[in-house]
Amino acid sequence: MIDVMTGREPVQGSVQDVAAVRLRGVTKSFGTVQAVRGIDLEIAQGEVVAFLGPNGAGKTTTIDMVLGLSEPTAGDVQVLGMSPREAIDRGLVSAVMQSGGLLKDLSVRETVAYIGSVFASTASVDDVLERAGITELAQRTVGKLSGGEQQRLRFALALLPDPAILLLDEPTTGMDVEGRRRFWEAIRADAAAGRTVLFATHYLEEADQYADRIVLIDSGRTVADGSGAEIRALASGRMLRATLADADPAELSRIRGVDSIEVRGDTVIIHAADSDPVARYLLTRTSATNLEITARGLEDAFLALTGKDDQ
Amino acid sequence: MTTLDIAARSPRAGGINLTLLGIELRRVLRNRRTVIFTLLFPGAMFLAFGSQYSASDSAGSGNVTAYIMVAMGLYGAAMTASAAGASVALERAQGWSRQLRLTPLRPAAYILVKALSALVMGAIAVGVVNLVGVVQGRAHMPLGTWVSCALLTVLSTLVFAALGLFVGYLVPGETAMQVLGPALAVFAFAGNVFIPISQGSVMWTIASFTPMFGVAEITRYPITNDLPWYAVVNAVVWLGLFVGGAAWRMSRDTGRV
Repeated sequence: MIDVMTGREPVQGSVQDVAAVRLRGVTKSFGTVQAVRGIDLEIAQGEVVAFLGPNGAGKTTTIDMVLGLSEPTAGDVQVLGMSPREAIDRGLVSAVMQSGGLLKDLSVRETVAYIGSVFASTASVDDVLERAGITELAQRTVGKLSGGEQQRLRFALALLPDPAILLLDEPTTGMDVEGRRRFWEAIRADAAAGRTVLFATHYLEEADQYADRIVLIDSGRTVADGSGAEIRALASGRMLRATLADADPAELSRIRGVDSIEVRGDTVIIHAADSDPVARYLLTRTSATNLEITARGLEDAFLALTGKDDQ
Repeated sequence: MTTLDIAARSPRAGGINLTLLGIELRRVLRNRRTVIFTLLFPGAMFLAFGSQYSASDSAGSGNVTAYIMVAMGLYGAAMTASAAGASVALERAQGWSRQLRLTPLRPAAYILVKALSALVMGAIAVGVVNLVGVVQGRAHMPLGTWVSCALLTVLSTLVFAALGLFVGYLVPGETAMQVLGPALAVFAFAGNVFIPISQGSVMWTIASFTPMFGVAEITRYPITNDLPWYAVVNAVVWLGLFVGGAAWRMSRDTGRV
Protein backbone atom coordinates (compact mmCIF):
# COMPACT_ATOMS: atom_id res chain seq x y z
CA MET A 1 0.00 0.00 0.00
CA ILE A 2 2.77 2.38 0.96
CA ASP A 3 4.60 1.75 -2.30
CA VAL A 4 1.50 2.56 -4.30
CA MET A 5 1.07 5.85 -2.50
CA THR A 6 4.69 6.95 -2.72
CA GLY A 7 5.58 9.41 -5.46
CA ARG A 8 7.89 8.66 -8.36
CA GLU A 9 11.64 8.72 -8.24
CA PRO A 10 13.22 12.16 -8.47
CA VAL A 11 14.50 13.53 -11.78
CA GLN A 12 18.25 14.02 -11.92
CA GLY A 13 20.15 17.09 -13.05
CA SER A 14 19.84 20.84 -13.11
CA VAL A 15 16.78 22.74 -14.22
CA GLN A 16 18.30 26.18 -14.46
CA ASP A 17 17.51 26.48 -18.16
CA VAL A 18 14.03 24.95 -18.02
CA ALA A 19 11.01 27.22 -18.29
CA ALA A 20 9.16 27.66 -15.01
CA VAL A 21 5.84 27.21 -16.78
CA ARG A 22 5.24 26.18 -20.36
CA LEU A 23 1.84 25.88 -22.02
CA ARG A 24 1.62 24.65 -25.60
CA GLY A 25 -1.64 24.80 -27.53
CA VAL A 26 -3.64 24.39 -24.33
CA THR A 27 -7.42 24.27 -24.61
CA LYS A 28 -10.06 23.39 -22.08
CA SER A 29 -13.73 22.74 -22.70
CA PHE A 30 -16.51 22.09 -20.23
CA GLY A 31 -19.18 20.40 -22.28
CA THR A 32 -19.86 22.78 -25.16
CA VAL A 33 -18.28 25.76 -23.39
CA GLN A 34 -14.72 26.53 -24.44
CA ALA A 35 -13.09 28.19 -21.45
CA VAL A 36 -9.58 28.17 -22.92
CA ARG A 37 -9.21 28.30 -26.70
CA GLY A 38 -5.51 27.77 -27.25
CA ILE A 39 -2.89 29.37 -25.02
CA ASP A 40 0.84 29.24 -25.68
CA LEU A 41 2.87 30.68 -22.87
CA GLU A 42 6.38 30.37 -21.58
CA ILE A 43 7.41 31.88 -18.27
CA ALA A 44 11.10 32.00 -17.39
CA GLN A 45 12.32 31.29 -13.87
CA GLY A 46 12.30 34.37 -11.67
CA GLU A 47 9.71 36.31 -13.68
CA VAL A 48 6.76 38.02 -11.99
CA VAL A 49 3.90 37.70 -14.45
CA ALA A 50 0.35 39.02 -14.26
CA PHE A 51 -2.45 37.16 -15.92
CA LEU A 52 -4.82 40.00 -16.65
CA GLY A 53 -8.32 39.64 -17.98
CA PRO A 54 -11.99 40.21 -17.26
CA ASN A 55 -14.05 37.68 -15.27
CA GLY A 56 -14.65 34.56 -17.31
CA ALA A 57 -11.58 35.12 -19.50
CA GLY A 58 -10.18 31.70 -18.57
CA LYS A 59 -7.63 32.78 -15.95
CA THR A 60 -8.69 30.40 -13.20
CA THR A 61 -9.17 27.53 -15.65
CA THR A 62 -5.61 28.04 -16.90
CA ILE A 63 -4.18 28.24 -13.38
CA ASP A 64 -6.05 25.06 -12.42
CA MET A 65 -4.33 23.27 -15.29
CA VAL A 66 -0.90 24.57 -14.29
CA LEU A 67 -1.59 23.17 -10.81
CA GLY A 68 -2.80 19.84 -12.14
CA LEU A 69 -6.25 20.38 -10.60
CA SER A 70 -7.70 19.76 -14.05
CA GLU A 71 -6.42 18.25 -17.28
CA PRO A 72 -6.30 20.25 -20.51
CA THR A 73 -8.68 19.06 -23.23
CA ALA A 74 -5.81 19.43 -25.69
CA GLY A 75 -2.24 20.67 -25.50
CA ASP A 76 0.50 20.24 -22.98
CA VAL A 77 1.31 21.83 -19.60
CA GLN A 78 4.76 21.57 -18.07
CA VAL A 79 6.04 22.96 -14.82
CA LEU A 80 9.85 23.03 -14.58
CA GLY A 81 9.91 20.41 -17.31
CA MET A 82 7.67 17.97 -15.48
CA SER A 83 3.98 17.32 -15.06
CA PRO A 84 2.13 19.62 -12.64
CA ARG A 85 1.45 16.70 -10.29
CA GLU A 86 5.13 15.78 -10.07
CA ALA A 87 6.05 19.40 -9.40
CA ILE A 88 3.48 19.56 -6.57
CA ASP A 89 4.69 16.28 -5.07
CA ARG A 90 8.19 17.72 -4.88
CA GLY A 91 6.96 20.98 -3.39
CA LEU A 92 8.25 22.98 -6.38
CA VAL A 93 5.00 24.78 -7.05
CA SER A 94 2.32 26.06 -4.72
CA ALA A 95 -0.64 28.35 -4.93
CA VAL A 96 -2.79 30.86 -3.10
CA MET A 97 -6.36 30.27 -4.16
CA GLN A 98 -9.07 32.87 -4.36
CA SER A 99 -11.28 31.57 -1.58
CA GLY A 100 -12.00 28.52 0.53
CA GLY A 101 -9.42 25.87 1.24
CA LEU A 102 -9.27 26.49 4.99
CA LEU A 103 -10.87 24.64 7.90
CA LYS A 104 -12.73 27.09 10.15
CA ASP A 105 -12.26 25.05 13.31
CA LEU A 106 -8.46 24.83 13.14
CA SER A 107 -6.17 27.47 14.59
CA VAL A 108 -3.75 29.29 12.31
CA ARG A 109 -0.81 27.35 13.73
CA GLU A 110 -2.61 24.01 13.39
CA THR A 111 -3.48 24.75 9.78
CA VAL A 112 0.16 25.46 8.94
CA ALA A 113 1.36 22.42 10.92
CA TYR A 114 -1.19 20.18 9.15
CA ILE A 115 -0.19 21.20 5.63
CA GLY A 116 3.50 21.33 6.54
CA SER A 117 3.44 17.77 7.84
CA VAL A 118 2.62 16.24 4.44
CA PHE A 119 5.62 17.65 2.59
CA ALA A 120 8.95 15.83 2.56
CA SER A 121 10.78 18.98 3.62
CA THR A 122 9.38 22.34 4.69
CA ALA A 123 10.21 25.65 6.24
CA SER A 124 9.37 25.84 9.94
CA VAL A 125 5.86 26.86 11.02
CA ASP A 126 7.18 29.96 12.83
CA ASP A 127 9.19 31.00 9.80
CA VAL A 128 6.28 31.01 7.35
CA LEU A 129 3.96 32.66 9.89
CA GLU A 130 6.47 35.47 10.18
CA ARG A 131 7.04 35.84 6.45
CA ALA A 132 3.29 36.04 5.89
CA GLY A 133 2.98 38.56 8.73
CA ILE A 134 0.59 36.51 10.89
CA THR A 135 2.82 35.50 13.80
CA GLU A 136 0.56 37.30 16.26
CA LEU A 137 -2.48 35.43 14.89
CA ALA A 138 -0.99 31.94 15.40
CA GLN A 139 -3.48 30.91 18.11
CA ARG A 140 -6.52 32.49 16.43
CA THR A 141 -9.23 30.20 15.04
CA VAL A 142 -9.37 30.39 11.24
CA GLY A 143 -13.11 31.14 11.32
CA LYS A 144 -12.38 34.38 13.19
CA LEU A 145 -9.88 35.76 10.66
CA SER A 146 -10.72 38.63 8.32
CA GLY A 147 -10.60 38.08 4.57
CA GLY A 148 -7.16 39.64 4.33
CA GLU A 149 -5.84 37.61 7.26
CA GLN A 150 -7.16 34.40 5.71
CA GLN A 151 -5.40 35.31 2.51
CA ARG A 152 -2.11 35.79 4.35
CA LEU A 153 -2.65 32.39 5.95
CA ARG A 154 -3.08 30.87 2.47
CA PHE A 155 0.13 32.63 1.51
CA ALA A 156 1.87 31.12 4.56
CA LEU A 157 0.68 27.66 3.48
CA ALA A 158 1.99 28.27 -0.02
CA LEU A 159 5.41 29.19 1.39
CA LEU A 160 5.77 25.94 3.36
CA PRO A 161 7.54 23.83 0.70
CA ASP A 162 9.71 26.83 -0.33
CA PRO A 163 8.36 26.52 -3.88
CA ALA A 164 10.22 27.69 -6.99
CA ILE A 165 6.92 28.87 -8.45
CA LEU A 166 4.06 30.59 -6.71
CA LEU A 167 0.64 30.92 -8.34
CA LEU A 168 -1.90 33.41 -7.04
CA ASP A 169 -5.48 33.36 -8.27
CA GLU A 170 -7.01 36.82 -7.77
CA PRO A 171 -5.33 36.93 -4.39
CA THR A 172 -6.64 40.30 -3.22
CA THR A 173 -10.33 39.88 -4.04
CA GLY A 174 -12.38 41.25 -1.17
CA MET A 175 -9.43 42.88 0.61
CA ASP A 176 -9.45 46.52 1.66
CA VAL A 177 -6.80 48.89 0.34
CA GLU A 178 -4.52 48.45 3.33
CA GLY A 179 -4.83 44.66 3.29
CA ARG A 180 -4.08 44.64 -0.41
CA ARG A 181 -0.98 46.80 0.05
CA ARG A 182 0.37 44.63 2.88
CA PHE A 183 -0.31 41.47 0.92
CA TRP A 184 1.60 42.70 -2.13
CA GLU A 185 4.46 43.95 0.04
CA ALA A 186 4.88 40.40 1.35
CA ILE A 187 4.71 38.94 -2.17
CA ARG A 188 7.19 41.45 -3.62
CA ALA A 189 9.66 40.89 -0.79
CA ASP A 190 9.38 37.20 -1.47
CA ALA A 191 9.74 37.47 -5.26
CA ALA A 192 12.90 39.53 -4.81
CA ALA A 193 14.57 36.32 -3.58
CA GLY A 194 14.12 34.83 -7.06
CA ARG A 195 10.81 33.04 -6.85
CA THR A 196 8.74 32.87 -10.03
CA VAL A 197 5.33 34.42 -9.45
CA LEU A 198 2.29 34.12 -11.69
CA PHE A 199 -0.82 35.92 -10.52
CA ALA A 200 -4.26 36.29 -12.03
CA THR A 201 -6.04 39.57 -11.54
CA HIS A 202 -8.66 41.79 -13.04
CA TYR A 203 -7.25 44.85 -11.29
CA LEU A 204 -5.24 46.71 -13.91
CA GLU A 205 -3.28 48.77 -11.42
CA GLU A 206 -2.24 45.59 -9.65
CA ALA A 207 -0.87 44.08 -12.85
CA ASP A 208 0.87 47.33 -13.79
CA GLN A 209 2.34 47.91 -10.35
CA TYR A 210 3.52 44.47 -9.32
CA ALA A 211 4.31 42.49 -12.47
CA ASP A 212 7.38 42.58 -14.73
CA ARG A 213 5.25 41.23 -17.51
CA ILE A 214 1.55 41.29 -18.29
CA VAL A 215 -0.22 38.58 -20.24
CA LEU A 216 -3.58 39.92 -21.33
CA ILE A 217 -6.16 37.19 -21.74
CA ASP A 218 -9.70 37.39 -23.03
CA SER A 219 -12.23 34.75 -24.08
CA GLY A 220 -9.70 31.99 -23.50
CA ARG A 221 -6.96 33.50 -25.68
CA THR A 222 -3.85 35.57 -25.15
CA VAL A 223 -4.48 39.00 -26.70
CA ALA A 224 -1.28 40.77 -25.64
CA ASP A 225 1.94 39.94 -23.83
CA GLY A 226 4.52 42.47 -22.65
CA SER A 227 5.51 44.95 -19.96
CA GLY A 228 2.96 47.41 -18.59
CA ALA A 229 4.46 50.16 -20.78
CA GLU A 230 4.31 47.96 -23.87
CA ILE A 231 0.71 47.04 -23.25
CA ARG A 232 -0.18 50.72 -22.84
CA ALA A 233 1.62 51.57 -26.08
CA LEU A 234 -0.56 49.06 -27.90
CA ALA A 235 -3.44 51.37 -27.33
CA SER A 236 -1.59 54.66 -27.59
CA GLY A 237 -3.19 58.02 -28.19
CA ARG A 238 -5.27 60.41 -26.14
CA MET A 239 -8.85 60.94 -25.20
CA LEU A 240 -10.48 64.36 -25.61
CA ARG A 241 -13.69 65.26 -23.87
CA ALA A 242 -15.57 68.52 -24.41
CA THR A 243 -18.97 70.09 -23.96
CA LEU A 244 -20.42 70.74 -27.41
CA ALA A 245 -24.07 71.14 -28.29
CA ASP A 246 -25.18 69.74 -31.65
CA ALA A 247 -21.89 67.99 -32.34
CA ASP A 248 -21.70 66.57 -35.84
CA PRO A 249 -19.80 63.26 -35.76
CA ALA A 250 -19.38 63.21 -39.53
CA GLU A 251 -17.70 66.59 -39.51
CA LEU A 252 -15.48 65.77 -36.52
CA SER A 253 -14.37 62.47 -37.99
CA ARG A 254 -12.71 64.35 -40.86
CA ILE A 255 -10.13 65.86 -38.45
CA ARG A 256 -6.70 64.32 -38.95
CA GLY A 257 -5.83 61.57 -36.45
CA VAL A 258 -9.33 60.86 -35.09
CA ASP A 259 -9.92 57.18 -34.24
CA SER A 260 -13.40 57.27 -32.84
CA ILE A 261 -16.13 59.66 -31.78
CA GLU A 262 -18.81 59.25 -29.19
CA VAL A 263 -21.59 61.75 -28.56
CA ARG A 264 -23.43 61.65 -25.22
CA GLY A 265 -25.93 64.50 -25.07
CA ASP A 266 -23.90 67.67 -24.89
CA THR A 267 -20.66 65.81 -24.32
CA VAL A 268 -18.43 64.62 -27.12
CA ILE A 269 -15.63 62.08 -26.51
CA ILE A 270 -12.96 61.72 -29.17
CA HIS A 271 -10.13 59.18 -29.27
CA ALA A 272 -7.21 60.32 -31.37
CA ALA A 273 -3.66 59.22 -32.06
CA ASP A 274 -2.60 62.90 -32.14
CA SER A 275 -4.63 65.17 -29.89
CA ASP A 276 -3.24 68.58 -30.97
CA PRO A 277 -5.10 69.04 -34.31
CA VAL A 278 -8.33 67.86 -32.69
CA ALA A 279 -7.98 70.28 -29.79
CA ARG A 280 -7.14 73.16 -32.16
CA TYR A 281 -10.16 72.36 -34.34
CA LEU A 282 -12.54 72.06 -31.41
CA LEU A 283 -11.49 75.36 -29.85
CA THR A 284 -11.27 77.44 -33.03
CA ARG A 285 -13.93 76.00 -35.37
CA THR A 286 -16.64 74.89 -32.94
CA SER A 287 -18.26 76.23 -29.80
CA ALA A 288 -16.72 73.47 -27.67
CA THR A 289 -16.01 74.34 -24.02
CA ASN A 290 -14.56 72.49 -21.00
CA LEU A 291 -11.98 70.63 -23.09
CA GLU A 292 -10.13 67.85 -21.25
CA ILE A 293 -7.28 65.82 -22.71
CA THR A 294 -6.12 62.62 -21.03
CA ALA A 295 -3.63 59.93 -22.00
CA ARG A 296 -5.12 56.48 -22.40
CA GLY A 297 -4.20 54.33 -19.46
CA LEU A 298 -3.84 50.64 -19.14
CA GLU A 299 -7.58 50.48 -18.64
CA ASP A 300 -8.22 51.87 -22.11
CA ALA A 301 -5.60 49.57 -23.60
CA PHE A 302 -7.35 46.74 -21.88
CA LEU A 303 -10.76 47.71 -23.22
CA ALA A 304 -9.39 48.40 -26.70
CA LEU A 305 -7.62 45.06 -26.89
CA THR A 306 -10.29 42.89 -25.35
CA GLY A 307 -13.00 44.77 -27.24
CA LYS A 308 -11.26 44.03 -30.55
CA ASP A 309 -11.64 40.35 -29.94
CA ASP A 310 -15.42 40.62 -29.96
CA GLN A 311 -15.68 42.45 -33.28
CA MET B 1 18.71 32.55 -9.44
CA THR B 2 20.08 29.80 -7.28
CA THR B 3 20.02 26.26 -8.59
CA LEU B 4 16.79 24.51 -7.73
CA ASP B 5 16.78 21.38 -5.71
CA ILE B 6 14.88 19.51 -8.38
CA ALA B 7 15.72 16.20 -6.79
CA ALA B 8 13.47 17.14 -3.88
CA ARG B 9 11.74 13.97 -2.84
CA SER B 10 8.11 13.21 -2.51
CA PRO B 11 7.15 12.34 1.07
CA ARG B 12 7.01 8.73 2.18
CA ALA B 13 3.74 6.86 2.69
CA GLY B 14 1.82 9.33 0.55
CA GLY B 15 2.22 12.04 3.19
CA ILE B 16 0.61 10.22 6.10
CA ASN B 17 2.13 11.12 9.48
CA LEU B 18 1.47 11.46 13.21
CA THR B 19 1.07 15.27 13.22
CA LEU B 20 -1.81 14.86 10.81
CA LEU B 21 -3.44 12.15 12.91
CA GLY B 22 -2.96 14.19 16.10
CA ILE B 23 -4.63 17.29 14.64
CA GLU B 24 -7.49 15.16 13.26
CA LEU B 25 -8.17 13.67 16.71
CA ARG B 26 -7.94 17.03 18.43
CA ARG B 27 -10.49 18.41 15.96
CA VAL B 28 -13.02 15.70 16.70
CA LEU B 29 -12.53 15.96 20.46
CA ARG B 30 -12.90 19.75 20.33
CA ASN B 31 -16.31 19.47 18.67
CA ARG B 32 -18.72 19.81 21.59
CA ARG B 33 -21.63 18.23 19.73
CA THR B 34 -19.57 15.16 18.89
CA VAL B 35 -18.38 14.80 22.48
CA ILE B 36 -21.89 15.10 23.95
CA PHE B 37 -23.81 12.99 21.47
CA THR B 38 -21.24 10.37 20.66
CA LEU B 39 -19.13 10.00 23.79
CA LEU B 40 -21.38 10.95 26.71
CA PHE B 41 -24.82 10.03 25.36
CA PRO B 42 -24.11 6.26 25.02
CA GLY B 43 -22.77 6.20 28.59
CA ALA B 44 -25.95 7.87 29.81
CA MET B 45 -28.06 5.44 27.75
CA PHE B 46 -26.25 2.56 29.40
CA LEU B 47 -26.99 3.96 32.86
CA ALA B 48 -30.66 4.38 31.94
CA PHE B 49 -31.13 0.91 30.41
CA GLY B 50 -28.53 -1.04 32.32
CA SER B 51 -29.60 0.00 35.79
CA GLN B 52 -33.00 -1.72 35.56
CA TYR B 53 -31.53 -5.16 36.07
CA SER B 54 -29.94 -6.67 39.12
CA ALA B 55 -26.45 -8.11 38.99
CA SER B 56 -27.92 -11.62 39.26
CA ASP B 57 -29.88 -11.45 35.96
CA SER B 58 -27.50 -13.64 34.03
CA ALA B 59 -26.97 -13.75 30.28
CA GLY B 60 -24.51 -16.23 28.77
CA SER B 61 -21.15 -16.00 30.48
CA GLY B 62 -22.01 -12.60 31.95
CA ASN B 63 -25.09 -10.76 33.15
CA VAL B 64 -27.76 -8.64 31.42
CA THR B 65 -26.08 -5.39 32.46
CA ALA B 66 -22.83 -6.52 30.82
CA TYR B 67 -24.77 -7.42 27.67
CA ILE B 68 -26.34 -3.94 27.56
CA MET B 69 -22.99 -2.30 28.22
CA VAL B 70 -21.50 -4.01 25.16
CA ALA B 71 -24.49 -2.92 23.05
CA MET B 72 -24.17 0.70 24.15
CA GLY B 73 -20.43 0.61 23.55
CA LEU B 74 -21.13 -0.50 19.98
CA TYR B 75 -23.71 2.24 19.51
CA GLY B 76 -21.34 4.90 20.85
CA ALA B 77 -18.47 3.65 18.73
CA ALA B 78 -20.68 3.57 15.63
CA MET B 79 -21.80 7.19 16.20
CA THR B 80 -18.27 8.45 16.87
CA ALA B 81 -16.63 6.61 14.00
CA SER B 82 -19.27 7.62 11.48
CA ALA B 83 -19.04 11.25 12.65
CA ALA B 84 -15.28 11.14 12.12
CA GLY B 85 -15.79 9.66 8.66
CA ALA B 86 -18.55 12.10 7.75
CA SER B 87 -16.25 15.04 8.50
CA VAL B 88 -15.05 14.72 4.89
CA ALA B 89 -18.37 16.29 3.89
CA LEU B 90 -17.61 19.48 5.82
CA GLU B 91 -14.04 19.54 4.58
CA ARG B 92 -15.16 19.26 0.99
CA ALA B 93 -17.72 22.04 1.51
CA GLN B 94 -14.94 24.29 2.85
CA GLY B 95 -12.63 23.54 -0.07
CA TRP B 96 -10.11 21.77 2.12
CA SER B 97 -9.86 18.78 -0.22
CA ARG B 98 -8.85 21.23 -2.96
CA GLN B 99 -6.15 22.67 -0.71
CA LEU B 100 -4.91 19.15 -0.01
CA ARG B 101 -4.66 18.45 -3.73
CA LEU B 102 -1.98 21.15 -3.84
CA THR B 103 0.14 19.00 -1.52
CA PRO B 104 1.79 15.60 -1.99
CA LEU B 105 -0.86 14.00 0.26
CA ARG B 106 -2.45 11.13 -1.67
CA PRO B 107 -6.24 10.69 -1.53
CA ALA B 108 -5.71 7.15 -0.27
CA ALA B 109 -3.51 8.47 2.55
CA TYR B 110 -6.13 11.07 3.44
CA ILE B 111 -8.82 8.38 3.67
CA LEU B 112 -6.48 6.24 5.75
CA VAL B 113 -5.99 9.13 8.20
CA LYS B 114 -9.77 9.53 8.41
CA ALA B 115 -10.24 5.80 8.98
CA LEU B 116 -7.52 5.70 11.64
CA SER B 117 -8.94 8.69 13.49
CA ALA B 118 -12.40 7.09 13.29
CA LEU B 119 -10.94 3.90 14.78
CA VAL B 120 -9.23 5.77 17.61
CA MET B 121 -12.40 7.75 18.31
CA GLY B 122 -14.40 4.51 18.29
CA ALA B 123 -11.98 3.04 20.81
CA ILE B 124 -12.39 6.09 23.05
CA ALA B 125 -16.18 5.76 22.84
CA VAL B 126 -15.97 2.08 23.81
CA GLY B 127 -13.60 3.04 26.62
CA VAL B 128 -16.05 5.64 27.97
CA VAL B 129 -18.99 3.21 28.10
CA ASN B 130 -16.84 0.51 29.69
CA LEU B 131 -15.56 2.99 32.26
CA VAL B 132 -19.13 3.96 33.12
CA GLY B 133 -19.85 0.23 33.42
CA VAL B 134 -16.95 -0.30 35.84
CA VAL B 135 -17.95 2.70 37.97
CA GLN B 136 -21.60 1.66 38.01
CA GLY B 137 -20.47 -1.78 39.15
CA ARG B 138 -23.38 -3.99 38.06
CA ALA B 139 -21.88 -5.42 34.89
CA HIS B 140 -20.32 -8.79 35.52
CA MET B 141 -18.41 -11.04 33.14
CA PRO B 142 -15.00 -12.73 33.20
CA LEU B 143 -12.13 -10.32 32.49
CA GLY B 144 -11.21 -12.16 29.27
CA THR B 145 -14.78 -11.86 28.00
CA TRP B 146 -14.85 -8.18 28.91
CA VAL B 147 -11.64 -7.45 26.99
CA SER B 148 -12.68 -9.58 23.97
CA CYS B 149 -16.00 -7.75 23.71
CA ALA B 150 -14.29 -4.36 23.84
CA LEU B 151 -11.73 -5.31 21.17
CA LEU B 152 -14.38 -6.77 18.87
CA THR B 153 -16.41 -3.56 19.26
CA VAL B 154 -13.41 -1.42 18.26
CA LEU B 155 -12.90 -3.63 15.21
CA SER B 156 -16.58 -3.30 14.31
CA THR B 157 -16.29 0.48 14.18
CA LEU B 158 -14.56 0.08 10.80
CA VAL B 159 -17.98 -0.66 9.29
CA PHE B 160 -19.29 2.68 10.57
CA ALA B 161 -16.15 4.62 9.69
CA ALA B 162 -16.74 3.42 6.13
CA LEU B 163 -20.44 4.33 6.38
CA GLY B 164 -19.48 7.81 7.59
CA LEU B 165 -17.07 8.29 4.68
CA PHE B 166 -19.66 7.06 2.21
CA VAL B 167 -22.34 9.43 3.50
CA GLY B 168 -19.72 12.20 3.78
CA TYR B 169 -18.99 11.92 0.08
CA LEU B 170 -22.66 11.45 -0.81
CA VAL B 171 -24.31 14.27 1.15
CA PRO B 172 -22.96 17.81 1.35
CA GLY B 173 -21.78 19.66 4.46
CA GLU B 174 -23.66 19.61 7.76
CA THR B 175 -26.40 17.40 6.34
CA ALA B 176 -24.16 14.33 6.49
CA MET B 177 -24.27 14.10 10.29
CA GLN B 178 -27.98 14.97 10.35
CA VAL B 179 -28.59 11.95 8.14
CA LEU B 180 -26.30 9.64 10.08
CA GLY B 181 -27.61 10.37 13.60
CA PRO B 182 -31.22 9.22 13.02
CA ALA B 183 -30.07 6.44 10.65
CA LEU B 184 -27.84 4.91 13.32
CA ALA B 185 -30.64 5.07 15.90
CA VAL B 186 -32.94 3.21 13.47
CA PHE B 187 -30.21 0.66 12.74
CA ALA B 188 -29.70 0.14 16.48
CA PHE B 189 -33.41 -0.48 17.11
CA ALA B 190 -33.84 -2.66 14.03
CA GLY B 191 -30.57 -4.49 14.53
CA ASN B 192 -31.21 -6.00 17.98
CA VAL B 193 -28.96 -3.49 19.76
CA PHE B 194 -31.33 -1.35 21.88
CA ILE B 195 -34.19 -3.77 22.47
CA PRO B 196 -33.91 -7.54 22.42
CA ILE B 197 -35.59 -9.27 19.47
CA SER B 198 -36.54 -12.91 20.00
CA GLN B 199 -34.67 -15.30 17.78
CA GLY B 200 -36.82 -16.96 15.10
CA SER B 201 -39.46 -14.20 14.95
CA VAL B 202 -40.29 -12.24 11.79
CA MET B 203 -38.60 -9.22 13.36
CA TRP B 204 -35.46 -11.31 13.81
CA THR B 205 -35.44 -12.21 10.12
CA ILE B 206 -35.84 -8.55 9.18
CA ALA B 207 -33.19 -7.53 11.71
CA SER B 208 -30.69 -9.96 10.26
CA PHE B 209 -30.55 -7.86 7.08
CA THR B 210 -29.89 -4.50 8.80
CA PRO B 211 -26.34 -3.07 9.08
CA MET B 212 -25.92 -3.17 12.87
CA PHE B 213 -27.18 -6.71 13.37
CA GLY B 214 -24.05 -8.53 12.26
CA VAL B 215 -21.51 -6.51 14.22
CA ALA B 216 -23.80 -6.56 17.29
CA GLU B 217 -23.86 -10.37 17.26
CA ILE B 218 -20.09 -10.46 16.78
CA THR B 219 -19.28 -8.02 19.58
CA ARG B 220 -21.29 -9.94 22.20
CA TYR B 221 -20.28 -13.37 21.01
CA PRO B 222 -17.85 -13.70 23.97
CA ILE B 223 -20.90 -13.30 26.28
CA THR B 224 -23.53 -15.26 24.35
CA ASN B 225 -21.16 -17.94 22.99
CA ASP B 226 -23.54 -18.02 20.03
CA LEU B 227 -22.76 -16.61 16.61
CA PRO B 228 -25.13 -17.37 13.70
CA TRP B 229 -23.27 -17.66 10.37
CA TYR B 230 -25.53 -15.07 8.75
CA ALA B 231 -24.42 -12.49 11.33
CA VAL B 232 -20.84 -12.78 10.04
CA VAL B 233 -22.05 -12.59 6.44
CA ASN B 234 -24.12 -9.53 7.37
CA ALA B 235 -21.09 -7.71 8.84
CA VAL B 236 -18.81 -8.56 5.92
CA VAL B 237 -21.38 -7.61 3.27
CA TRP B 238 -22.22 -4.26 4.89
CA LEU B 239 -18.53 -3.42 5.34
CA GLY B 240 -18.00 -4.22 1.66
CA LEU B 241 -20.97 -2.11 0.60
CA PHE B 242 -19.88 0.92 2.65
CA VAL B 243 -16.22 0.73 1.61
CA GLY B 244 -17.25 0.22 -2.01
CA GLY B 245 -19.72 3.10 -1.84
CA ALA B 246 -17.14 5.44 -0.30
CA ALA B 247 -14.53 4.45 -2.92
CA TRP B 248 -17.05 4.95 -5.71
CA ARG B 249 -18.10 8.41 -4.53
CA MET B 250 -14.49 9.37 -3.92
CA SER B 251 -13.42 8.45 -7.43
CA ARG B 252 -16.29 10.53 -8.79
CA ASP B 253 -15.22 13.38 -6.54
CA THR B 254 -11.68 13.93 -7.81
CA GLY B 255 -12.88 15.11 -11.20
CA ARG B 256 -14.65 18.21 -9.97
CA VAL B 257 -12.61 18.82 -6.81
